[in-house]
Amino acid sequence: MATKLKEADVVIVGMGWTGGIMAKELSDAGLTVVGLERGPPRSDADFSVPMIRDELRYAVRNELFMDVSRDTLTFRNTPGQQALPMRRLGSFLPGEGVGGAGVHWNGQTYRFSPHDHALRSRVEERYGKSFIPQDMQLADWPMSYAELEPHYDKFEYMAGISGKAGNIAGKIQEGGNPFEGPRAREYPNPPLKPSLASEMFTETTRKLGYHPFPRPAANMSRPYTNPDGIQLGECQYCGFCENFGCEANAKASPHITVIPAALRNKNFSMKPYAWVTRVNRTADGKRATGVTYTSVLTGEEFEQPASLVILCAYGFGNVHLMLLSGIGKPYDPVSETGTVGKGYCYQVATVVQSFFEDRIFNPFMGTGSLGVVIDDFNGDNFDHGPVGYIGGASIYSASLGGRPINQRGVPPGTPRWGSEWKKATARWYNRTLQMSVQGSNMASRYNYLDLDPTYRNAFGLPLMRMTYNFTDNDEKLSAHLTTVAHDIARAMGPTHLGAKAPRRAPYSIVPYQSTHNTGGAIAGHDPSKSALNRYLQSWDVSNVFVMGASAFPHNSGYNPTGAVGALTYWAADAIRTKYLKDPGPLLRT
Amino acid sequence: MVDIARRDVLTMAGAVGVGAAIPVSPALAEAPGKDPPQAPAANAARSYQFFNLDEAAFIEAFVDHLIPADDLTPSGTELGISIYIDRQLAGAWGKGARMYQLGPWAAGTPQQGYQLPLAPADLYRCAIRAVEAHCASAHGGSFDRLQPALRQQVVQALSEGRLPLQEIPAGASFDKTFFDMAYANVMEGLFADPIYGGNKDKRGWKLVGFPGVMAAHAENIERFRGKPYPVEPLGIADLS
Repeated sequence: MATKLKEADVVIVGMGWTGGIMAKELSDAGLTVVGLERGPPRSDADFSVPMIRDELRYAVRNELFMDVSRDTLTFRNTPGQQALPMRRLGSFLPGEGVGGAGVHWNGQTYRFSPHDHALRSRVEERYGKSFIPQDMQLADWPMSYAELEPHYDKFEYMAGISGKAGNIAGKIQEGGNPFEGPRAREYPNPPLKPSLASEMFTETTRKLGYHPFPRPAANMSRPYTNPDGIQLGECQYCGFCENFGCEANAKASPHITVIPAALRNKNFSMKPYAWVTRVNRTADGKRATGVTYTSVLTGEEFEQPASLVILCAYGFGNVHLMLLSGIGKPYDPVSETGTVGKGYCYQVATVVQSFFEDRIFNPFMGTGSLGVVIDDFNGDNFDHGPVGYIGGASIYSASLGGRPINQRGVPPGTPRWGSEWKKATARWYNRTLQMSVQGSNMASRYNYLDLDPTYRNAFGLPLMRMTYNFTDNDEKLSAHLTTVAHDIARAMGPTHLGAKAPRRAPYSIVPYQSTHNTGGAIAGHDPSKSALNRYLQSWDVSNVFVMGASAFPHNSGYNPTGAVGALTYWAADAIRTKYLKDPGPLLRT
Repeated sequence: MVDIARRDVLTMAGAVGVGAAIPVSPALAEAPGKDPPQAPAANAARSYQFFNLDEAAFIEAFVDHLIPADDLTPSGTELGISIYIDRQLAGAWGKGARMYQLGPWAAGTPQQGYQLPLAPADLYRCAIRAVEAHCASAHGGSFDRLQPALRQQVVQALSEGRLPLQEIPAGASFDKTFFDMAYANVMEGLFADPIYGGNKDKRGWKLVGFPGVMAAHAENIERFRGKPYPVEPLGIADLS
């Protein structure tokens, strides 16, 4: 029997970026807010030097990530296969603990482009309806870029993003991204200092007629105090950013920004080690009454009643809880009905290495978002007619660290072991330039999430099942844009050029590719096609809101956190200014 | 050259009932008199917790085949890589911590990843036994006693998943699964912080020029842009 706790106005499931933002915004509005986090608390002591500079512990054994011994997902490429559990982490690394994936992210903070928000309309208008592949579930987003702009701005100033604007109120800015949507003002901090790799990429892409700009970074280029009075330190370019916590508080993360800001409000309380197993509903199923969780310290079960339930777990966790709790109708790919689990998307990512006999890159001097990127081949910034696919990629050079277990390169043809391997490793470790292609991914009929019929987690609940494969569209995109990146690398004049290896089906859950998993609880205009309305409110249970990249109708060729942050501020604003005045569906159907 | 296999040295040492103070360290067994006498604690740190004598002989030969002694570094065993792997297998990771270990089990596709009902330590134990059985039947001797060219042949076949192995559970790619894991572990043992038992004297880091954990490069990234940054690497223990 669960112990029933005192009712709160709001219960938030998950204390990462979206949970932290919601906690701050809604407790500022005077609501009593309880934040539940299934993992442990995080503090500065967890990330102190020298122990945090441990590649094996954090980047190989994945200490800050989801522990799949307790809960994982099952995976198959196609509905005809038997799904099997992801027994070890590989392709993606969801976070766990206070701060979530925002603790160990790299800090790349983009805005999605205006045409990402009008994707279907734009493709139909420019290329015609027949350009869209049969099983591609292409949709317009239910809110425009212009509507999100103030919320992007708020996220960027809260997180102290270092970067260079490319378009301020319609005026193109030298050195920024000329393709970006108009923004109200410059980034709060200037770009990071460039590495040699950044300079070479800038020079070459400019020569080729492209438009390089510094990657927008949540790594502070200088000490920064955000609008909440939270102080962030200056980045030391230590190279231990991705997969690690920052000991210098120089990487904007929820546990040092929005969460402590929310905790200043006495009406907000946070409980780590609280694993939510279901969202409870009234007998008619139309309203949520709160959540049930298990303390993973004692095993005790608690019920936390609340008037408003906000799901802020990693995208997989949100979709899993909706499926376990009967919030919305599960998606069925055969009849293409139902919405929960629909639209799971990933990214189509490749890497191109090049090797320069006469250059020294010092790859260990870097930080999560240090690098330069071009947007010339992203979204709809180029003519897709001749290439015959939808979507694009950011193509960039990154200097995020030279940690030697994971970040070494040798030219193609080098033996994998022995003295020759060693000689090549010694020679090329410091002379390798790495570029990445981060490709978009469109929703497709047979790529979806549902509950697994066989496998269970530590709480006796069905695991979530992922059915996912790359499509023809993905293969065309990857072949084209990996070639573009390869050509850029060649134009730099390397001694050796790395292999050109575009992504092809079948997708594999084994090698790391990207932790940009999106969809499954998508937002849209039509309740028969989307789980959420434009305010990220469940169409079916109106006092449930679902944050995070699970709401994306498609995944773009950018890192998703900027858009995740903006959508959360947008939804928080709708809750404060619309929902609280008249609780119920914000859009009538 | 008279080569007493390490296993025999270890067996002999065990047979005369020597205690912890007697040097059984691989380095000492290889080259008696070359190393200075070591304190008991140091010996304990160089003895195995997980591997039995046969497995130790295999893993040392395997590690030294991948990371041979040459003008760049001492051998993998001398760098502590076999000790590193032993410690990993004796510890939580080897026992399957942070792995989903519930059934039912099925072979699956390569895209579905690791599906064996074995924790890493169990996989090593089964796989070493199977590789040794192959070496005995195909080549008439244990892996550590094969000539280098033959050893290369076995490792190459293992890495490509085409070594016929006996006594293994279901799963066609079992041998490659083992190789991939062992290969990754060798690289970890070469490049992980020395606190884990490998990367002795930070020779792995010195090999590539990685400066280790002391990293405040806000100024260096400009001062040393395009230039060598020669420093003595520091590990976690140096700063603790």
